Amino acid sequence: MAKMATREAYGRALVELGREDERVVVLDADLSKSTKTEYFAREFPHRFFNMGIAEQNLMGTAAGLALCGKVPFASSFAIFATGRAFEQVRNSIAYPRLNVKIAASHAGITVGEDGASHQSVEDIALMRALPNMTVIVPADAVETRQAVFAAARHEGPVYLRLGRMGVPVLYYEDYRFQIGKAHRLRRGRDATILACGYMVTLALEAARNLEAEGLSVGVLNVSTIKPLDRQAVVEAARETGALVTAEEHSIIGGLGSAVAEVLAEEYPVPLRRVGLRDTFGESGSPEELLAKYGLSVANIEKNVREVLLQK
Amino acid sequence: MHWLQDLEEKARLIRRDIVTMIGAAGSGHPGGSLSAVEIVTALYFHIMRLDPQNPDWPDRDRFILSKGHAAPLLYAALAHRGYFRREELLTLRKLGSRLQGHPDRKSLPGVEMSTGSLGQGLSVANGIALAGRLDGRPYRVYVLLGDGELEEGMVWEAAMAAAHYKLDRVTAFIDHNGLQIDGPIREVLSPEPIAAKFRAFGWEVLTIDGHDFGQIIGAVEEAKKIKGRPTAIVAETVKGKGVGFMEHQVGWHGVAPKPEEVERALEELEGGKGRG
Repeated sequence: MAKMATREAYGRALVELGREDERVVVLDADLSKSTKTEYFAREFPHRFFNMGIAEQNLMGTAAGLALCGKVPFASSFAIFATGRAFEQVRNSIAYPRLNVKIAASHAGITVGEDGASHQSVEDIALMRALPNMTVIVPADAVETRQAVFAAARHEGPVYLRLGRMGVPVLYYEDYRFQIGKAHRLRRGRDATILACGYMVTLALEAARNLEAEGLSVGVLNVSTIKPLDRQAVVEAARETGALVTAEEHSIIGGLGSAVAEVLAEEYPVPLRRVGLRDTFGESGSPEELLAKYGLSVANIEKNVREVLLQK
Repeated sequence: MHWLQDLEEKARLIRRDIVTMIGAAGSGHPGGSLSAVEIVTALYFHIMRLDPQNPDWPDRDRFILSKGHAAPLLYAALAHRGYFRREELLTLRKLGSRLQGHPDRKSLPGVEMSTGSLGQGLSVANGIALAGRLDGRPYRVYVLLGDGELEEGMVWEAAMAAAHYKLDRVTAFIDHNGLQIDGPIREVLSPEPIAAKFRAFGWEVLTIDGHDFGQIIGAVEEAKKIKGRPTAIVAETVKGKGVGFMEHQVGWHGVAPKPEEVERALEELEGGKGRG
């Protein structure tokens, strides 16, 4: 299966978008080679602003550009875009409901060797808590491209979470991503795995393995964490009676929490959450880290078996 | 000098409204609203190109109140300039009011940006100036920062960026009243020397008496001639200016006057006494 990092797909999509839409401007914080905004910078130098290693000012500047009708894409690593500049995102973008797209790469532990300081495991929680903010975690390159265009069409602040590591391309080009709609990749009877980002790939593999054991497990790609597709969550709960969430993020405040909130209020069924269990990451290869922190096919399978016992 | 008398009269009326509205609200920030009255009055009634009937006119000059706690001053200026009716000033800080405790761009016409969390306005002004340059629009952007606000690191990120991007359409006023909530700025955490810092960051710097309309307007005229770099106007001001018992008093940063204090202040701000 072909692989591409979602940041790479982002960088390419931005150029395409920039050709179509003059209003698109891009800001980066000295990481354009990593976030892949360098492609846009090369083609549209006058619409690209390198703001240096100063993420707070970057967000404020993006807000000012949005006030004048521009569609700014503000990029950095996820930890800096959402953490370092959190309060600027809150007060200068989300509260005034400005049309800024925060597109951050290097989310999660697949950052790898750089270690915990650079591995954002709480960004979804931070962005999800902000009123007016839309939160999107694409699963592959095709969905990322779609999400970039959807974000540009959407009026209001968007957080787009991207990864460093190359991940399999799951979708054909004719796939149509829609903000707020989960996409069912696999129908099941016994349980459903709800995943986002790279975990969608692992969830599919886990579901296939479990099928060999005679279990029918559905997979839902929940690429929009907010607004969450409540209907799809409730449907999955009703149809299969047991859910497992999988995310490259803390189990506190991310997809697992969002799903748990819906279940608790609307359709309580047993739920297990796969994700970082209230811990920071560390240095290591992405593969080693994914295995160590339980973001693995084996651990997803284990959680499915466990949740079935609770039914 | 008719225009000067008109501005001084406008400033007096705005001061009265500030005191009245904060008194009616029972909370708010009189000291730092009163210190910047001449700056904001000069901007809204002499300097900026605006159309209150068309608040979204793309070519309008912009004003960003980075020290958002001076919202009563901004509201009074907007009301006097015709953006909304003056009676509405008395709704300040009340549930459902468009006059939020700190400015909210979504609720009130004429408010360019939601501010209040200090240190963020200059960055926003930079973004507006960059957009203006991209679109070839002639507008200028004015920002008002507090001197205590300069303790926020983000201000200096923005100062660096404004110089780097040669944003000569950006003019930042520093309301140098010398006081912040916990005391004199020099004692709390000195941002001094302010003029030298901005100069070192690549800005043109002018220092003026921030209560002198001639100097305010003159400084802006000079800033307009400067090409290739932004201008900081360090305005020497008196916190609580115009209300004797509030002047130079740290305690009046964020405390509302009681009804009898409002009365005393309004007496002092009566017209025809030769005071500003």
